[in-house]
Amino acid sequence: MKRSLWTLFLPVLVVLAVGLYPLLTQQDVHRETSFTLLRAVALAASLNIILGFTGYVSFGHVVFYGLGGYVAFYLVAEKGWPFWSAVLMGGLAAALLAFLIGAGILRLRGAYFALVTIGVNEAMKAFIYNFQPFGGPVGLTMNFAVYKAYGGPRAVLWMTYHWLFVVTLIVVAVSYWIRVSKFGLGLLSIREDEDAAEVMGVRTSWFKTWAFTLSAFFPGLVGAIFFFRNASIEPHDAFPLHVSIESIVMVMLGGQGTVIGPILGSIGYQWMRVFLLTNRLLKNIQLAVAGGLLLLIVLFIPAGLVGWLRRRFPATRRFLL
Amino acid sequence: MKRLLWLSVILALGMGLLVGCKQATPAPTEAPQPQVEEKATEAPQEQPTEAPQAKEIVLTIGFTESKTGRLNVSSGRQAKGLRLWIKHINEAGGIKLSDGTVVKFQEASYDDESSKDRVQELYTKLITEDNADFLISPYSSGLTAAAAVIAEQYEKVMITTGAASDSIYKQGYMHVFQIYTPASRYLTGAIDMLKEADPNLKKVAFVYEQAKFSTAVVEAAKAYAEEQGYEVVLFEGYPSDTTDFGPFINKIVESGAEAVLGGGHFQDGSTFARQLYEKQAPVKAVVLLVAPPEPDFAELGEAAFGIIGPSQWEPQVQYTPDAAKELGIDWYGPSNEEFIKAYEAEYNEEPSYHSAGGYAAGIILEYAIKKADSVDPQKVKEALEATDVLTFFGRIKFDTTEEAHGLQIGHEMVYIQWQKDDQGNLVKQVVWPKEGATAELIYPLPR
Amino acid sequence: MDMGFLFASLIDGLLLGFVFGVAAIGLTLIFGVMEVINLAHGPVIALGMFGLYFAVTLLGLHPYAGTLLTAVGGLFLGILIYAIAVHRVIGAPHLSSLLATYSINMMIIGIGTALLTTSPRNIEFSLGSMTLGTATIPVTRIVAALASLLAAVALYLFMQYTRWGKFIRAVTDNRDAAELVGIPSTKVLALSFGLGTMLAAFSGALIATLFPFTILEGGKYELKSFVISVLGGLGNPMGALIGGIIIGLIEGLVPVFLPTTWVLVVEFVLFVLILLIRPTGLFGGRAQ
Repeated sequence: MKRSLWTLFLPVLVVLAVGLYPLLTQQDVHRETSFTLLRAVALAASLNIILGFTGYVSFGHVVFYGLGGYVAFYLVAEKGWPFWSAVLMGGLAAALLAFLIGAGILRLRGAYFALVTIGVNEAMKAFIYNFQPFGGPVGLTMNFAVYKAYGGPRAVLWMTYHWLFVVTLIVVAVSYWIRVSKFGLGLLSIREDEDAAEVMGVRTSWFKTWAFTLSAFFPGLVGAIFFFRNASIEPHDAFPLHVSIESIVMVMLGGQGTVIGPILGSIGYQWMRVFLLTNRLLKNIQLAVAGGLLLLIVLFIPAGLVGWLRRRFPATRRFLL
Repeated sequence: MKRLLWLSVILALGMGLLVGCKQATPAPTEAPQPQVEEKATEAPQEQPTEAPQAKEIVLTIGFTESKTGRLNVSSGRQAKGLRLWIKHINEAGGIKLSDGTVVKFQEASYDDESSKDRVQELYTKLITEDNADFLISPYSSGLTAAAAVIAEQYEKVMITTGAASDSIYKQGYMHVFQIYTPASRYLTGAIDMLKEADPNLKKVAFVYEQAKFSTAVVEAAKAYAEEQGYEVVLFEGYPSDTTDFGPFINKIVESGAEAVLGGGHFQDGSTFARQLYEKQAPVKAVVLLVAPPEPDFAELGEAAFGIIGPSQWEPQVQYTPDAAKELGIDWYGPSNEEFIKAYEAEYNEEPSYHSAGGYAAGIILEYAIKKADSVDPQKVKEALEATDVLTFFGRIKFDTTEEAHGLQIGHEMVYIQWQKDDQGNLVKQVVWPKEGATAELIYPLPR
Repeated sequence: MDMGFLFASLIDGLLLGFVFGVAAIGLTLIFGVMEVINLAHGPVIALGMFGLYFAVTLLGLHPYAGTLLTAVGGLFLGILIYAIAVHRVIGAPHLSSLLATYSINMMIIGIGTALLTTSPRNIEFSLGSMTLGTATIPVTRIVAALASLLAAVALYLFMQYTRWGKFIRAVTDNRDAAELVGIPSTKVLALSFGLGTMLAAFSGALIATLFPFTILEGGKYELKSFVISVLGGLGNPMGALIGGIIIGLIEGLVPVFLPTTWVLVVEFVLFVLILLIRPTGLFGGRAQ
């Protein structure tokens, strides 16, 4: 079947709509909402590279977010690096970590891989907790004088927003490229049957390691941007396991292994959270309601929204990818 | 097909960048001005202050409270104190400005669940959605450090109470003002006290919560103790969620420490005190942060007996208008008795220093608005910078240097110890400084 | 170095190690039988703590009677969780069972936070302290360790000598074959899940007699259970008990030489290394 260009336009349009809205209204409150949404999209879409395309369930996505955040924060706050270079280093540090541990841990499959990613996250958190250059348990704080170079704290809120917007667009573009490229085809074959792929001559460990590395680069960037605007970073905030799991939920909700799925999934999930948090009746049990919905999805539509649509209405396959 | 694809990617990215750059330039020039407009349209009752005839405006005081989680005891008292002030000022007819405007207050608050995760989101919400005019900090240095970032980003005045860590005020913030004596001066008095109680005491151990506040306290206290000739035989932190203090108590015993100083907040501090008692650690003095001055600490029973703690304020302290006259500064607000009576009538419990701190935060804001004779944030901020006043809570004066703007430099600490009255009930006594003491220090710890 | 200090520290760690071990047995048993990593393990431990809390404060039971009652409650809770969330994802990809149990985690934490708040609770209970050489040990810790050991022995006897215990072992070895010989596999799976959560709730109740707790407290014991299970071999209950003892000893040993906060670094690095070098654990687990 011929693939329509809509398969690219749709995801990009959705992200543009979310990202441009606050730029048009110039309202702080809209910017904050979109910031949260874009952060979720970037985390989910990058996780999708290893989780959805390659079929490895990583519970440690947030370790890259935290590490990128720490490296960049350290470089800006303690070493006086310019913001852009620190962000890049944050992404590279995360990617490097993934590359180094990838070869080892990607040999594990299924539940064992899931467990080891939890272990890596917790080990990193415990280590940074004891690592004095990064401030140990109390973490690092940014002196607001640093923000002067970027036009003051209010300007920084906008500047970091623009950065995140651009990074999110790049993540989406990269996801699309992976999905339609030969590289992506290799990943998909690993997901379907790794042993068969190996027999067919796919260099699975090379493919897996690079997918993991790529998937780690972006949360590194996002963490670097987030903690720079946050003006402080602590081990507890940098490596929250539940953010990893929420990212998985967002990918699942939209449809793993698709390009637009994680985007719709994260927007849907965040929208639901806001709805639950602001609903007087459900506010106190929002986590329980979210859990109930997750269970229903896992039990009844494990392919997620996009997967379900593609199966139920084959016509949608032309423009949903 | 492929070319088209790349073209569209580049286009999309270009668009994002373009919009980004276009919007980036006007942002820095946006002074607080547009906010005033925004307010006027959204809340019509708050018209510009120059309006001629007498009218009433209602300012929103935004803050978060740890209704749940490990900080709930102290934070709850702080919020109660603050709410009592709001009630009092409104009942008294608000603040009357010279142009006849009457300023009244209302609260906007959320539960931060004792978690840093939510604080920033909630303070952003308080500012952008609830249109808070002035902010009061959450309880604890950790949460306040997070909230202060938001206050500063939106250039809102925030009075902090229950947030002693010095480092918060050394981040270049210009809108954050501290009511409490800073952490660096929390335990130095205790060292002086121990020195007088037992000149032969040499070995001290610091075991503290690894939070911003307690780390700042013990680092300063350790330096001071070493200066005074003490040997610090153990200096170790524990994570905030620690429930098993066994390993730390074993180390204290091993180190041969004669006095233990440290702790952090209420929950960990009271657990620590309980387990020190259970494991019968042979130490002569225990000084813990935050937990001992709380009335709830007495629930530990025997484990509470003899424990010493620094306090920002105690019901027994006496600051009076006469004392203010002697210092040559203003006196403002209710007397100590008036505050205690009103608080007990309202909540049917004894106030702790966190309650007093919450009330004092309101009093200081009230004083500054009166002095500024305006509700304009900039003018109130200037009035706060010029503040030097005595209240029932003590003297309040802020550092105005660029390095430590907003740091409290007027207020002093007292030290309490849990002792027993004639009937054998646990009571809190002020034991230091000597001139304000209500009882002799019990030393060594009878265990 | 002071040997007395080392001894006191090791004893403290060892006693807790038994309790951790029982929690981990619950986790590893479930994995062994149905290859499900129970991400609701932590909240179940926390529910065990609250079960005891209410048994003591509302029903006025003696804490150790309350612990037994809590364990029985844990069994039924486990069977309920199995029916709601786990049954449909048996044999599905790992992601499904991980998320299904995680959704139970969210529900327990969500409802628990709303009803119980996250404020710490404490069970006012003390049996005094015992002095053993250089170590002063609260008696409640000794009882907790002994109760844990008893629970592990009881589980072993149950698995070896009862009909249902043999069924569980048969299903663990080969579910298809077990079904062929007429073993009711669904009931066996439900029972195993129930036993797993029972042990988690039981250990939670024991921990509650020692330390203060909140509804979120289970999280750190869940992570400990992961480490212990992997150490002893995922799916190997007796391995988990020994794993618990090893972790307990590590928790006693590390603080003697390093700041106490390094304990977690040592534990998780060990965890990752074991998975990388010997995924079946020290004592052999279910084959990958």
